[in-house]
Amino acid sequence: MKQTTQFSSISRRHALAMLSAAGAVVLAGVPAYADGAAVAAKIKGLTGGRSVGEGDIELDLPEIAENGNAVKVAFSINSPMTVDNYVKAVHVMADGNPTPDVASFNFTPAMGACSASTRMRLAKTQNIIVLAEMNDGSFKQAQATVKVTIGGCGG
Amino acid sequence: MRLAVTITMALSLIAGAAFAKTPYHDGTAEVIKPVDKNHPLDEVVSGYNFRKAMIRDVQDDDFENPGMLVADHGEELWDTVDGSAGKSLSQVFEGCAEVPLDVVGSVYPRFNNAASKVISLEQVINMCRETAMGAKPYKWESRDMLGITAYVRMQSRGSRVNVAVDGKASAAFERGKDLYYKRVGQLDMSCAHCHEDNYGNYIRADMLSQGNINGFPTYRLKWNGVGSTHRRFRGCMKNIRAKPLPYGHEDYVALELYTAWRGNGLKVETPAYRN
Amino acid sequence: MAKIKPRVKVPKKAAAGEIVEIKALISHPMHTGRGKNKKTGKKIPRKIINKFVASFDGQDVFTANFEPAVSANPYIAFPFKASKSGAFTFKWVEDGGAEFTASKKMTVA
Repeated sequence: MKQTTQFSSISRRHALAMLSAAGAVVLAGVPAYADGAAVAAKIKGLTGGRSVGEGDIELDLPEIAENGNAVKVAFSINSPMTVDNYVKAVHVMADGNPTPDVASFNFTPAMGACSASTRMRLAKTQNIIVLAEMNDGSFKQAQATVKVTIGGCGG
Repeated sequence: MRLAVTITMALSLIAGAAFAKTPYHDGTAEVIKPVDKNHPLDEVVSGYNFRKAMIRDVQDDDFENPGMLVADHGEELWDTVDGSAGKSLSQVFEGCAEVPLDVVGSVYPRFNNAASKVISLEQVINMCRETAMGAKPYKWESRDMLGITAYVRMQSRGSRVNVAVDGKASAAFERGKDLYYKRVGQLDMSCAHCHEDNYGNYIRADMLSQGNINGFPTYRLKWNGVGSTHRRFRGCMKNIRAKPLPYGHEDYVALELYTAWRGNGLKVETPAYRN
Repeated sequence: MAKIKPRVKVPKKAAAGEIVEIKALISHPMHTGRGKNKKTGKKIPRKIINKFVASFDGQDVFTANFEPAVSANPYIAFPFKASKSGAFTFKWVEDGGAEFTASKKMTVA
């Protein structure tokens, strides 16, 4: 294509121009990111060290998020949601954001079903961990990876 | 990091030119033939189809689409009396626009007789506020202006873009066309380099669209809000290290007319949802 | 600053025992406390909607606690089992304590 030659030579002047332009862009400093350990510590705090089961949590997350500013996160948990047997709380965490917490939800039997959907910010490709707390004090969790791409002009 | 972004942007365009074009839509896209035989492309596709399901699903649901928060605000303004004439925009707007309300969104920018030039929707609204309502004009990118333009254009949602570029509009159209192909900025690029030669290719991780404006004002994830076509133009100019023009500049109105013409035949999607 | 306005979706009518979906959206920038004002270079202090509470006839039925990682213009959807006619009240709480509310009626046949 005709513009190839134009683009193949990024001169020093161009590079410097880009660099100065970059200076005008707002950066919030160099952020520290949470990691698996931060999430593990968080889970330990929530569960009090009790064992966490797997399964019965259905996650609805995009495999690839074109933009990390609003990524759908939805889950549903199979539960009768009766006074004797219901999901009390769900914690959504992310291991690659500046802090691991995303949101938590408190459910009641009046809802009849356990699910929720929201939109979250993801700083980069990372794992989303969903931890559910049952009314009997037991826990279960599920996780999935969301690949976050950063736009050329959009990002 | 931004330096790396910019260099990668340029490099990925080289890669785009070197490799075969990837399919940019999944077969469900509405691909139309250009309405005008002088159109430079064989096919015209909305920016909607260049996005993945995560983004399209939000636009498909009027409730989930946060652009609707702004359109709702516009709906409130529409019927609100404002200015010395004691009128609301709903009472006077069609007279100012010179076309029925449900058509305005698909035909603007347009040559307006009262203004004796091609003007954008924002300009019709402000003209109407000043002359017919005796009210202060809205600031271009204010929530009020975005709300009212989103609301008005939404009245044409689903109908086909059909801007007129002949007759009295032809000078603005030609000016817009020149601007579209004119290389500008430190990266020495024109609109056409990305949106004509490279649509469907990735610029870094972002798939370039044809740059159609049938969904404006649009909610952009990058903006965390709704913005106008001129805001997008300004963003493109900054991306190629060119000096952006002020909102409402005559050249931007001309470019808006030309860009809208390239998307003639597409459905109005306002308020669209994009990345 | 943008006006803060909620939007909620509740079915007007539902059958007894039916599980309906409730959706709520509010315009809010959700400032994380990490961003800076582009013009002044000053840090924008954290200001988010930190809590959303849905109640039905005065009884809290669902609560969401939001962290800064929740997107601007926060969206939430959740289920509710229709058992009797009544009114939902939705409350959003902003950092600093400001509250925004909306309510909707639902008729159960």
